[in-house]
Amino acid sequence: MSGRDTIRRNIRKALGTTGQEAERKAAVADRLARTPAGIIPQRGQLPPADRVALFIDMAEKAEATTERIGEAEELPEAVSAYLRAHNLPATVRTGADPLLSSLAWDRTQIEVQQGAARATDVVSMSHAQAAIAEAGALVLSSGPDNPTTLNFLPEVHIVVVRAEDVVGDYETVWAGMRDANGRGAMPRTVNLIAGPSRSADIEQKLQLGAHGPRQLHIVIVG
Amino acid sequence: MDITSPDFKDNARRALADVPLQEALGHVRKGFIDKRRKAVDALPEFDALRDSARDIKNHTLAHLDLYLDAYEDKVRAAGGEVHYAPSAGEARDIILNICRQAGAATVTKGKSMVSEEIGLNDHLAANGIEPIETDLGEYIIQLRGEAPSHIIAPAVHLTQVQIEADFRRAHSQLDADRDLSDPAALLAEARAMLRARFLAADVGITGANFLIAETGSSVIVTNEGNGDLTQLLPRVHIVLATIEKVTPTLEDASQILRVLARSATGQDATCYTTFSTGPRRPEDPDGPDEYHVVILDNGRSSMLGTDYQDMLRCIRCGACMNHCPVYQEVGGHSYGWVYSGPMGAVLTPALIGVDKSAHLPNASTFCGRCEAVCPMRIPLPKMMRHWRRDEFSRRLSPATVRWGLGLWAFFARRPRLYHLATRLTIRVLGRLGARKGRFAWLPLAGGWTRHRDLPAPQGKTFQQMWAEAGRGK
Repeated sequence: MSGRDTIRRNIRKALGTTGQEAERKAAVADRLARTPAGIIPQRGQLPPADRVALFIDMAEKAEATTERIGEAEELPEAVSAYLRAHNLPATVRTGADPLLSSLAWDRTQIEVQQGAARATDVVSMSHAQAAIAEAGALVLSSGPDNPTTLNFLPEVHIVVVRAEDVVGDYETVWAGMRDANGRGAMPRTVNLIAGPSRSADIEQKLQLGAHGPRQLHIVIVG
Repeated sequence: MDITSPDFKDNARRALADVPLQEALGHVRKGFIDKRRKAVDALPEFDALRDSARDIKNHTLAHLDLYLDAYEDKVRAAGGEVHYAPSAGEARDIILNICRQAGAATVTKGKSMVSEEIGLNDHLAANGIEPIETDLGEYIIQLRGEAPSHIIAPAVHLTQVQIEADFRRAHSQLDADRDLSDPAALLAEARAMLRARFLAADVGITGANFLIAETGSSVIVTNEGNGDLTQLLPRVHIVLATIEKVTPTLEDASQILRVLARSATGQDATCYTTFSTGPRRPEDPDGPDEYHVVILDNGRSSMLGTDYQDMLRCIRCGACMNHCPVYQEVGGHSYGWVYSGPMGAVLTPALIGVDKSAHLPNASTFCGRCEAVCPMRIPLPKMMRHWRRDEFSRRLSPATVRWGLGLWAFFARRPRLYHLATRLTIRVLGRLGARKGRFAWLPLAGGWTRHRDLPAPQGKTFQQMWAEAGRGK
């Protein structure tokens, strides 16, 4: 008997079921189709302006830094100022994201390199498809627009998110993904990111910058 | 790993006298409890979310075979492979085979208690494949050749000074005069040492906090980013998870996520919550070419439908051990196997047998804090009592204990005799101890009087006072 069948048989024996009961099958099919939401904290259920304010609070509580700009066109200058202020090299790795690619980087000293992150990259930049206010978390999906390695290999990660894409809760993100990809389908990797990497493994003392980025800078547009 | 659970009493005695260990355990008492309290107090819906999380797991366990089917279909549809391992040995062989087919020389690993449970590192190393732990705590204990002492903070039993000494010994190629006197320097050194290993590894192995049936995704919940580099950079990603990690939907996982980080580290959300679905897609510029999930049973299916089924709701947050007065004193290694604290006292007997681990469910004051803080509302003290009952009924407890319990049971079944005997006993003890009011030594009570005096009884028994107050009527 295969491992698969052994485990199925043991589970069914312990539960006293054949695996064929229509009622059980219906219960499972129903939950997978309906995806009931459960308890959603009030914390994130706010009008848009307050939602963005909550997101900023929560992200900063998670040790990210944030800034707001009015229009996407201001982004190259904002990134340039951030790099100068933190004494970082003027080279930024990014994907093929349409928003980021459309901007006039040549107005600044910044050299933009496209593609997946390399081991030597210091600064990367991504465009988050959403942010979750209640958790202070950015939502990033894999693909050529925003390769996942950008989120983890470089020392400094700059993430751009539109104010209108800041949602209150996780559930709104899942609903959006079902609309975009179809039910039950996911991008290969979905990262929820709240703050720069950290560890408290030595005497419970929190240190920022473990194996992922040491700094996470969030630019909110709008 | 070697099981020393039968030696719990000796382990605990040594732990209590271990000065650096006691210093390190002080950080558990100070850190985890306050952080959890603050995060929980800030979320009014926390208790309602605990109920919701419990109900989701109960529903899932009652339909586990069907959710496994749904999950497996989705993984395959996304181009991943699913392997089933009824036992630890089968899981080791499956993983070794995948590594061999990938021609692996080195394997990076995210933190996985299940890989500790199956002894994966030793098996890979014995077969010429080098396993590299990349979580900071796991990296430290791998350098020391130790097992984790805590399910989310594997090196919590160590002091900074001990870790500094380990790094100087293991990284002897570095400048001997370098400053490692603060945790930031130690972390930076581990980061630098591991960066090259991440980039060179052929296979990455992670655990999973959830396997989502709706989408076929595996989910890891981490803070360091090592788990993500482990599953992202090598050509092959292997997920090792147990059957009860299956969770129906993204919404269901979100309910549990909201109680997990708060209970574990006191964060509203961990830095990284990552959903992985299959291998890299044709248009993807990064990610693994192969995605394998190894689903392990190793005794869990036989907990279904028993007094211990509720333990399968556990999400490995560590809150029970952080709040346990016994764990706080003796540390995780005293428990003698992979899982420690109250969750280990319930799970270990189910996985390795109560004959080898009967001390664990007995190492409890039954103060109830573990159940009070458990985000999944697992009745841990009740299950420890079940193990004690099983231990007694299988005649595993020592003869003196069995004799004593038998004697007590004889009187307890005969209330009049019981009342008479207790009245006589306290009268005699009351007179004998009247002068000092306490006993420094008493026959048959050496276990008590060795460490503190036994107060001499005064007045009447509780039963007498109850009857006289007319409350018994």
